[in-house]
Amino acid sequence: MSSKKTLDHSQAASVFNKDEARVNWHDETLWFVREKRDRSANQIADWELLRETASKIKNNVLSNIHDYLVQFEEKALENGIVVHWAADGKEHNEIVHSILQKHNVKQMVKSKSMLTEECHLNDYLAEKGIEVIDSDLGEYIVQLRKEPPSHIVLPAIHLKKEDVSETFHEHLGTEKGNFNPQYLTESARHSLRNTFLTRKAALTGVNFAIAETGEFVVCTNEGNADMGAHLADVHIASMGFEKLIPQRKHLGVFLRLLARSATGQPITTFSSHFKKPRDGKEIHIVIVDNGRSTQLGREDFRNSLKCIRCGACMNTCPVYRRSGGHSYHNAVAGPIGSILAPNLDMSKNADLPFASTLCGSCTNVCPVKIDIHDQLYKWRQVLVKEGHTPASKTIAMKTMAAVLANPTVFNIAGKSGRFVMKNIPAMVNNKMNKWYDQREMPEVPEESFREWYKKNSRESKAKDNE
Amino acid sequence: MSSKAAILNKIKQNQPGFASDLPDLGVLGSEQFDVLETYKTVLKNIGGDFVEVSNYDEIITYIKNNYELQKRIITTVPELSEIARLDWKNDDPHSLQDVELTIIKAHFGVAENSGLWVTDDILGQRAAPFIAQYLAIIVQKNNIIRTMHQAYERIGNQEYGFGTFIAGPSKTADIEQSLVLGAHGARGLIVFLLD
Amino acid sequence: MKIGLFIPCYVDQFYPKVAIATYELLQKLGCEVHFPMGQTCCGQPMANSGYAHLTKGCDANFVSNFSGFDYIVCPSGSCVLHVKDHLHDEKQEDKATEIRNKVYELTEFITDILKVDHIDGNFPFRVGIHQSCHGQRGLKLSQMSELNAPFFSKPEQLLHNIKGLDLVSLSRKDECCGFGGTFCVTEEAVSVKMGKDRIKDHENHQVDYITGGDMSCLMHLEGILKRQNSRVKTIHIAEILNSAQN
Repeated sequence: MSSKKTLDHSQAASVFNKDEARVNWHDETLWFVREKRDRSANQIADWELLRETASKIKNNVLSNIHDYLVQFEEKALENGIVVHWAADGKEHNEIVHSILQKHNVKQMVKSKSMLTEECHLNDYLAEKGIEVIDSDLGEYIVQLRKEPPSHIVLPAIHLKKEDVSETFHEHLGTEKGNFNPQYLTESARHSLRNTFLTRKAALTGVNFAIAETGEFVVCTNEGNADMGAHLADVHIASMGFEKLIPQRKHLGVFLRLLARSATGQPITTFSSHFKKPRDGKEIHIVIVDNGRSTQLGREDFRNSLKCIRCGACMNTCPVYRRSGGHSYHNAVAGPIGSILAPNLDMSKNADLPFASTLCGSCTNVCPVKIDIHDQLYKWRQVLVKEGHTPASKTIAMKTMAAVLANPTVFNIAGKSGRFVMKNIPAMVNNKMNKWYDQREMPEVPEESFREWYKKNSRESKAKDNE
Repeated sequence: MSSKAAILNKIKQNQPGFASDLPDLGVLGSEQFDVLETYKTVLKNIGGDFVEVSNYDEIITYIKNNYELQKRIITTVPELSEIARLDWKNDDPHSLQDVELTIIKAHFGVAENSGLWVTDDILGQRAAPFIAQYLAIIVQKNNIIRTMHQAYERIGNQEYGFGTFIAGPSKTADIEQSLVLGAHGARGLIVFLLD
Repeated sequence: MKIGLFIPCYVDQFYPKVAIATYELLQKLGCEVHFPMGQTCCGQPMANSGYAHLTKGCDANFVSNFSGFDYIVCPSGSCVLHVKDHLHDEKQEDKATEIRNKVYELTEFITDILKVDHIDGNFPFRVGIHQSCHGQRGLKLSQMSELNAPFFSKPEQLLHNIKGLDLVSLSRKDECCGFGGTFCVTEEAVSVKMGKDRIKDHENHQVDYITGGDMSCLMHLEGILKRQNSRVKTIHIAEILNSAQN
């Protein structure tokens, strides 16, 4: 969308790392959230069983999603909800716009919806002359700063209270230099309260949609989704079709997992179930595909659609914590973003599956047991095959493959120039080698193990004695 | 072809061919703990508070002692008419903007997370628990259950237009993970645990 | 018991002492150890970079070198995990399958196959364990901090009886060190920062040594330690266990 050239992940991460103290702070802040998650998970004896159960429910959803969607729509219509279908982000935005036009609405309040970030709804509506105010505090802050959220659950986690204070001073007229989070939150509360009271339309995301009943659930801590929806004439709920779950009782599993995984809370403050509009008011649901049905067809990657957007994989990811959400240049950052984004645009997001050490911590915290790090590995294979890696890398890899396939060549290469030395990144001491910028190279020993083995092993000695 | 038909067709084509059975939920939620004590501890931990009462008079006394009665107090509970208004249910919800305290009843509470289940038939208005500066919820002690699994067993096929679990006061930690109570909704939640 | 000794290519070339320690340790524990001279590499550097389709020749070479052993043992969790997960050979798939089932990382081989529950010895230093993620989360050599599950650790179990060895408990028990194969150069800034933080955790606990089961992690940490002129040293767990046996 933006005409600015997007830095790839490693470049953006390198910029982020110029301020080491700030990286430390970012890392520790998110690690604190990870620790809260651990404590919370450890209080539930059945935690691992819960994850397994949630994973199985979502597997069932993926294999029956067509029928569940049909059932959901039928029930929602019976409940008096208007249902729309959008093939892509553009159609989603057009539908939202048409609903607003019909009601002659020029201003809308929105609670957190990563889907609308994915569809770039705010930009679209701004072009149509409609003002959108994000009401989640974190989203409100980044919106005032004209930045995208850097985290799906904690949108302003990259900012310090000093930054927020500066932004609020500029836009809300708060005291300069007052960094108190209590004071800053109170100021936003006042400003947004007026917004809630004056908007005729409210848009929310959807955490779960129930096929059995046609209702949907929105979870917030702030109460902003409810403040918006219950005061507006029109409530629009945008959902990716993968948000479906079969039955109400399955919420018991997901609501136990969601907040504990996200922030370590036992549940979000509000878990609101919307089934029917208030008398004389409207609820619209926009069911969005935008590449999801394509991902559903990718056998290796379809499990990514099980995601319930808790953000636990981001908080635990050692790379995310030290590179920041914006370095992923995608609405959903971190490990889960890196397996979702290539489905939307391989060429633009070819760097993301490589922004990982494949440590696997993401997979372990995932409440629906998505094999995130395995999918990162698999995306790398796909991206190479589809030609999204530099030619120089491909040539180097082909050379390496040829040498490693042939022990004779490998041994000659080893002796003459120490093949491994040239081909393992640690080994070349020159300015071209990124290893050497901040690390020493290993000392080269007098002989390799195989040279030693030839002289000293029992096997060789036995041979010598023959 | 409409987008709906196109999306559904593609999903049908691309969804896994094998059916994956739904798991048994019966094995979950069997943790044993003191339900009422857990409820209280969790509620305190997430910024809420509670008072144990044996009748509505005690609730009235508590409200009188702890809230400013000259400010607007609303309720759906007729027994509290002495301290709160009952005549707001058909008003424009925007007119509730000056409410200081909303007092409602909950169907039941959940010990593991202190959530209280309320639906629009006992809310008066959907906006009522959110728009007030403070919130008080009455729940019977014998209506505290263990986990969310028992909660949804209890909800079953209950009919409602809107229902929500409320766990503690509205809060945010969006500024440097510093917890602040009273983001957009109620700044404080008091739960009356009724014998 | 006939063991095929699988030595990662970079260990062969740069850390022969680790390979020697592994070789000697296994012999002391009663194994008949052979190092197939035709071995090159497991192919992981290519596969993790997205070029798994180029590893066929490398895989075939691995299969022809390591067929016929009772077990294949390697002092690297990462290389073992790669073989276990990805070794295939169209022409000899049965042999590839057999190898995938018989390949073990050194410490799990000692605890699970040799059933040695402790090794006596002497290593009078403060030591921190840096488990490689592939060894820990991939091979499950020890419990992972993310899970609500009972603690265990195969390498710690082996270090437990070494006299004088003071094993510290790190603040972040199993944080990745940031090596990550080619990640260490393609994502240099984050890689180095992760390494520095991993070292800091060890330094905060006043260790003399950082040990672990993967020389690749240790090579990365050693590179940073040396640049920082730190007094902390790295040592492969095979070296501690072998020195203890002397």
